[in-house]
Amino acid sequence: MATVEVTFTPLPAHVRTARLVATAVARRSGVDESLLDEVRLAVGEACSRAVEAHRKHCPRAPIRVALTDDTERFEVVVTDAAPTEAPAEAMSAELAPSFKTPAADGAPHQLPPEVGLAVISGLADDVRVMAAEGGTSIAMSWKRRTGSA
Amino acid sequence: MDLKLGHYNKDGIEVVDVEGEIDVYTAPRLRELLIDLVNKKNYQLVVNMEKVEFLDSTGLGVLVGGLKRVRAHDGSLDLVCTQERILKIFRITGLTKVFGIHDSVDLAIAAKKAEK
Repeated sequence: MATVEVTFTPLPAHVRTARLVATAVARRSGVDESLLDEVRLAVGEACSRAVEAHRKHCPRAPIRVALTDDTERFEVVVTDAAPTEAPAEAMSAELAPSFKTPAADGAPHQLPPEVGLAVISGLADDVRVMAAEGGTSIAMSWKRRTGSA
Repeated sequence: MDLKLGHYNKDGIEVVDVEGEIDVYTAPRLRELLIDLVNKKNYQLVVNMEKVEFLDSTGLGVLVGGLKRVRAHDGSLDLVCTQERILKIFRITGLTKVFGIHDSVDLAIAAKKAEK
């Protein structure tokens, strides 16, 4: 069972709330202070990706964030309900080359969603991307200090 | 903390001061400012990120978009950042190869002038 579970409507403003909750729970769970920024960024990336996917496909459906610390690891699972868009292939993307060519017009409003996944994979100790409940779950985990409550 | 934006001209280079969190919620405001500056023919930009507390890939996308816009006019967009937690996301994505990243606004301006 999740230690803490957060469910939110897919609004960008709520991503910050999810980040703050994840950071607070990670700290209480015994994740090292030096890793809290990584937890905050990785969870924010996963939630931002989910928000974008929901806004395209299912703007009324909630996004779920489950945070557990009942093993030796602190795990965060962000689950969306949007149709899968083959996210796993970009987990270790080298992204810079595609930005080197200047565009005459139509510069992007945002980077491809694969960038968020590449960032997550660079931050979390362990990352799994799974199909779940008609959408996608991104599970990220970090080591806890032994003896932490 | 929310996002605070300001800008000023120094030696012909437009310096954008950014303070707070750049994420999926706040990044559109930075994007609008960069587009506005380019539309007003400011093609030499320095974005000062020394007071940025959080940056995610949405914020990176806005910076890349700004870079592409100024490059289309033979301009450049450099960054000022010394915070390791912010620099880390540039390294993970390989964007340290794309942006000029400097330790201070003065150094960024000096580097831009040396390029000319």
